[in-house]
Amino acid sequence: MKKRSRTGTARLIQLAHARSGDKGDTANVGLIALKPAYYPVLVKQVTAARVARHFKGMITGPVERFELPNLHALNFLLHGALDGGGTISLKTDAQGKVFSTALLRMEIEVDK
Amino acid sequence: MTTRPARKERLVRVAGGQGFWGDWLEAPYRQVTGGPIDYLMMDYLAEVTMSILQKQKSRDPARGYATDFIAQMERILPIVVERGIRVTANAGGVNPRACAQAVAEVARRLKLAGKLTIGVVTGDDLLGRLDGLLARGHDLKNLDTGRPLYDIRDRVLSANAYLGAAPVVDALQRGAHIVITGRVTDTGLTLGPLMHAFGWARNAWDRIAAGTVAGHIIECGAQCSGGNCLRDWETIPDMADVGYPIVEARADGTFDIVKHPATGGRIDVASVTEQLVYEMGDPHAYITPDGVADFTTIQLKQAGKDRVRVSGIKGKPATDKLKVSVAYFYGYKAVGTLVYAWPDALAKAKAADRILRQRLAGLGLQFEAIHTEFVGANATHGALALADIDVGAIPEVQLRIGVRARDEKPVDRFTHEIAPLILNGPPSVTGFAGGRPKPEEIVAYWPALIDKKMVQPAVELITA
Repeated sequence: MKKRSRTGTARLIQLAHARSGDKGDTANVGLIALKPAYYPVLVKQVTAARVARHFKGMITGPVERFELPNLHALNFLLHGALDGGGTISLKTDAQGKVFSTALLRMEIEVDK
Repeated sequence: MTTRPARKERLVRVAGGQGFWGDWLEAPYRQVTGGPIDYLMMDYLAEVTMSILQKQKSRDPARGYATDFIAQMERILPIVVERGIRVTANAGGVNPRACAQAVAEVARRLKLAGKLTIGVVTGDDLLGRLDGLLARGHDLKNLDTGRPLYDIRDRVLSANAYLGAAPVVDALQRGAHIVITGRVTDTGLTLGPLMHAFGWARNAWDRIAAGTVAGHIIECGAQCSGGNCLRDWETIPDMADVGYPIVEARADGTFDIVKHPATGGRIDVASVTEQLVYEMGDPHAYITPDGVADFTTIQLKQAGKDRVRVSGIKGKPATDKLKVSVAYFYGYKAVGTLVYAWPDALAKAKAADRILRQRLAGLGLQFEAIHTEFVGANATHGALALADIDVGAIPEVQLRIGVRARDEKPVDRFTHEIAPLILNGPPSVTGFAGGRPKPEEIVAYWPALIDKKMVQPAVELITA
């Protein structure tokens, strides 16, 4: 690959939409490619490790990732994201409803 | 023998009427009047709802169910009876029989006596059986922490197994027009009608999985038909008049998600996909009492305006366990808020937080957790939100501080420490009109599994 490559950065919100929910103290984020062509980019770049780094300080547990090529979507489980979750949590977002949009802030490398 | 129009494929329509207790009161009426449907499905139960209902029942044995459902039935029963629509609802909470009696009473008042059979599904309530189960070695370990239920036994408020579609099918087969259940899964309320209507076998795993996915898509009401949809949200038309979803199913397990004509909202691959991934765990194994659905096999296709075709779904056999939801008393919490205005709104709110925490420490109060958020700055996206904005320009910030403890005393003392900050803390502060916050009891949720054979669903029929 050439140095002055045709890559740049993009925010995930330019490539994907998302919805999240909760199960106990775990938030899930379903990340859905806006176009099928974007899905492989998400698979390659939005790894569980990368998402864990993105949410550093906001979650206390590990991140799991599942692939849904049929829906051009990735599902992330963010463990320890909700201060105990449900009724125990003191957070505004006790049910993790907007972790989805927090993930869409992530910047990734893309071909231009 | 009945004659049928040749080659015309039979469709069964299940309409989603309520996505939770507190959902739009207009939705059920609009679903039964807006076009043809066969079934109206209404989901009322969230995890915490059961404990609230249990508390109500302990005060008054005639209560313990979703009372909104009775008012809804009063409104739609004449239409439902006239059009032959059947209803499935888990509005029964911890007292499905009382709920059914209340509906029967409404039916009699509406002069529908003799025209209505109500099926009541019970058997999910384990509260009275807990000690027996524990004694026989069913330790109901917490699925998340691994702790045995003995740890919290004396604080348990309710305990319910999640039943599946089977008793709903049973009630429909025995002629119930309205099926009222306790803790039946949200998906079972849609799968049950489909199994009944098409005669799907209980081990037809692909069909079971398809009906479960259909149930998952419509169980949150309009959340699959334009509500809470992020993609192109600002272009979704006429949300004030949003159409709730309808499953239009075929015997082979394929189905379309549609809504009544001339309603608002949008049903497209994006809106349905967002709902599919909502609250998703491992997509290969969406486990219900009825079977295991593999969400990685779902195929979606736009098959017309506001019509998404769902096909290809594969399922696996059910497990030999049922999920149990135990609610127990945990402790107390309180949340206080104050609003700080520009200039330096965030800096002032942060100063107030520091002062307040110092005072709480000075008083020697013990908390399990103190949690501060600056609403308008970091409450939803944490530090990610502050990375690329001019913090000094934020026009206002709400300081939101919450505490949690096992005892009520420190929480109560905390609630007295908010208001003084208005006069003895940082400047430009307002927003205390709501008064002192109140300590709130925390009822927490304990997920567990139990052997399926220990739970016997039961169905009884009531004639109005």
